[in-house]
Amino acid sequence: MQRREFSKMLALGAAAGLALPGVARSAQTGLNYDLAPVGNVHLLHMTDAHAQLLPIHFREPSANIGVHTARNRAPHLVGQALLDSFGIAPNSHRAHAFTYLDYEASAAEFGRVGGFAQLATLVKRLKANRPGALLLDGGDLWQGSATALWTRAQDMVEVSKLLGIDVMTGHWEFTLGSERVLEILEGDLAGHLEFLAHNVRDLDFGDPVFAGHVIREMNGVSVAIIGQAFPYTPIANPAHLIEGWTFGIRERDLQARVDDLRAQGAQVVVLLSHNGADTDIKLASRVSGIDAILGGHTHDAIPRALEVPNRHGMTLVTNAGSNGKFMGVLDFDVREGGIKKWSYHLLPVFADLLPADPEMEALISRLRSPYTEQLSEVLATTDDLLYRRGNFSGSFDQLICNALQQELDAEIAFSPGFRWGTTLLPGSDITMEDLMSQVAITYPSVTLREIRGDMLKQTLEDVADNLFNPDPYYQQGGDMVRVGGLSYRIAPRERTGHRISDMRLRGEPIEAAKAYKVAGWASVQKVEGEPIWDLVSRWLRDQRTIGHVKINQPEVAGLESNLGFDT
Amino acid sequence: MASRIRIRAQLKGGECEVKALMRHPMETGLRKDQLGETIPARFIETVTVTHNENIVLEAHWGAAVSANPFLGMQFEGGSVDDIVKVSWRDNQGETGEGETRIRQG
Amino acid sequence: MKNKQFNGMARRTFLRMSSLFALATALPAQVRAMATRPTSVFEATGVEAVFSQLGATPTRSEGIIFSVPDIAENGAVVPVKIEIDASILPDVSKLYVLVEKNPNPLAAVFGVPKTTRPYIETRVKVAQTCELYAVAEAGGQFFMTSKETKVTLGGCGG
Repeated sequence: MQRREFSKMLALGAAAGLALPGVARSAQTGLNYDLAPVGNVHLLHMTDAHAQLLPIHFREPSANIGVHTARNRAPHLVGQALLDSFGIAPNSHRAHAFTYLDYEASAAEFGRVGGFAQLATLVKRLKANRPGALLLDGGDLWQGSATALWTRAQDMVEVSKLLGIDVMTGHWEFTLGSERVLEILEGDLAGHLEFLAHNVRDLDFGDPVFAGHVIREMNGVSVAIIGQAFPYTPIANPAHLIEGWTFGIRERDLQARVDDLRAQGAQVVVLLSHNGADTDIKLASRVSGIDAILGGHTHDAIPRALEVPNRHGMTLVTNAGSNGKFMGVLDFDVREGGIKKWSYHLLPVFADLLPADPEMEALISRLRSPYTEQLSEVLATTDDLLYRRGNFSGSFDQLICNALQQELDAEIAFSPGFRWGTTLLPGSDITMEDLMSQVAITYPSVTLREIRGDMLKQTLEDVADNLFNPDPYYQQGGDMVRVGGLSYRIAPRERTGHRISDMRLRGEPIEAAKAYKVAGWASVQKVEGEPIWDLVSRWLRDQRTIGHVKINQPEVAGLESNLGFDT
Repeated sequence: MASRIRIRAQLKGGECEVKALMRHPMETGLRKDQLGETIPARFIETVTVTHNENIVLEAHWGAAVSANPFLGMQFEGGSVDDIVKVSWRDNQGETGEGETRIRQG
Repeated sequence: MKNKQFNGMARRTFLRMSSLFALATALPAQVRAMATRPTSVFEATGVEAVFSQLGATPTRSEGIIFSVPDIAENGAVVPVKIEIDASILPDVSKLYVLVEKNPNPLAAVFGVPKTTRPYIETRVKVAQTCELYAVAEAGGQFFMTSKETKVTLGGCGG
């Protein structure tokens, strides 16, 4: 080791307080936060942090079903099947990071994950031996917490600057409204960060709204990064918040841009994508000339890079999980014009193994301080594990459905199948901050409507098709809408319009022509109503203690030996 | 009654790229108003694009073209400052017209 | 000869169209032929009926590059783009856009003179999930390609 590097390490050690024991402990875990670099092009990738500034728990799903060509392949592997497929030792830090297995005990043993002060330390350590490395964020950075909502993402803007994010794309960012997005990008982040989205155009003449790519010289290599925002933002989220903007996958435009960048001499071309893993895998097979797609949106933590063959070679596809829980590290060795070698690691971020970066810790604490009182209000305590992620249901969503049904005296409640939302261990307080981590959106109004039985069926079919359409370009990501009151049967492998059956309310079949009282929230239409957090916090305060949460799980049919579904 | 058409004509390589946005409701004749009365069909039937008086595109449309219709097309040749004109006629006989000069794209 | 296309047209309409007509006289026959609205094709219900009005079921061709959204952001405004690979499909003179499940599938037809690229962008209404067709006419023959656009209720993503 060179003297300079050694003294740099000492400085880091001093900042960490306990650097040497920390390093030793990290070595035992099979996690190497001082990963040796490969080659001369270095990209650090995080995605879908959902504004979780502090370390949290996040339970990976036990239901992440793949159908048709996606069946039993990454990312549609859960639990033991995922460990087996990627050779991850059970009961290890990595097993806890990538799966839900033995969740409560493992969470207690291995501690919290993520946190931007921890990420800041990790980024510094990875950059220390990767000169010129770029930090890329795949979007869903500015939404998901109380403070991000209350400050209109100002907290995340400050944190992005200090963390040193070089390039990003977006999805939930757009729910702040086009005006605020442009205000941030043209104001605080101008000159600090490139926001790329080749697939966002205006609706009059189809002109680009954002830059589509950036070219950076790294250690003598020309590296092009193209940004792909979530293609279905105006469908999955309120279009009225981004009126006049149109999105889409725009595969042909992408191919033309890649060809153009290659012609201009780009030696490495990377797509920073918010498509979702299955869409990225399909895209990689159809568009050629991209070396790697660094993906997000579906919150899949895929331990290794997938190699997808296409017309002129191969494209790596990665997906870096969510909530600040992971950091992807992609290295390329580029010589004589070509990539000679590559290396990819998806590092889980364990808060106990990474000392907080003091400067980032201080910034976070300053950003949170005006809100400490509201954030820390205890609404209730829980005896059960509260989580969200899963194709059909989660215990926290069940509470939201229960609250909607009871507070609005509704026969049925719907709660959207969001994939963000952190996890609370049994015995925890449920604070306002915890609740906001499930519901902090800019269109929070609660609705109560009469909906006919046939419309209920169509709604469920519609959402099911967004999740299980055999062609990922026809999927939007997100999970099945959560339901309270209503029971149903779902056959994911059936064709569009024929997946849902046996819909019942209190044991009685749903009648097509009968109207039912249905509560919900997060409508993509413009509606007026009480914000969901007011309703749920009121209900939680009344409950005081949450005992065992009985989850309304639909009957899932036709999925024998599906490795993405543990019952 | 002539109504405004927004037009952009840009030279790109050897071609002129024309984009036009027309203000028109494009009523199908199938919708009802708040009183339950059928809103009569009213849609652009014919659109013509000319470059220096030569027709470079002529289109027939039905009511399924979206309200405030968009048209994009490309023709060979054209020089900076040439005039590109877009005109339409609807099923009720109304017409609209707009023109612009070609710019370097 | 040049008046033939307006036979049977009411005098009022004729006068209104006179400016269009004045332009049309200066043009080759192929373009003037477009001035006649293919009313029966517009009125046909069902894609098969449209094809039978055209006189032939089009042959599928790789020469038509048809871009439509996989999922519509708004069924009332669905962008469509037709490009022709002239190395596969030369001499295209007309382009048609069809929406399978609309009451009348034919949405638009474009007459393309020789100096105009066979390239069209417009936006159409798509009432429900269905196939969209791009049809090209070249040398009196018809060619097509199609692609599904899904119209969804939206929401719940993320």
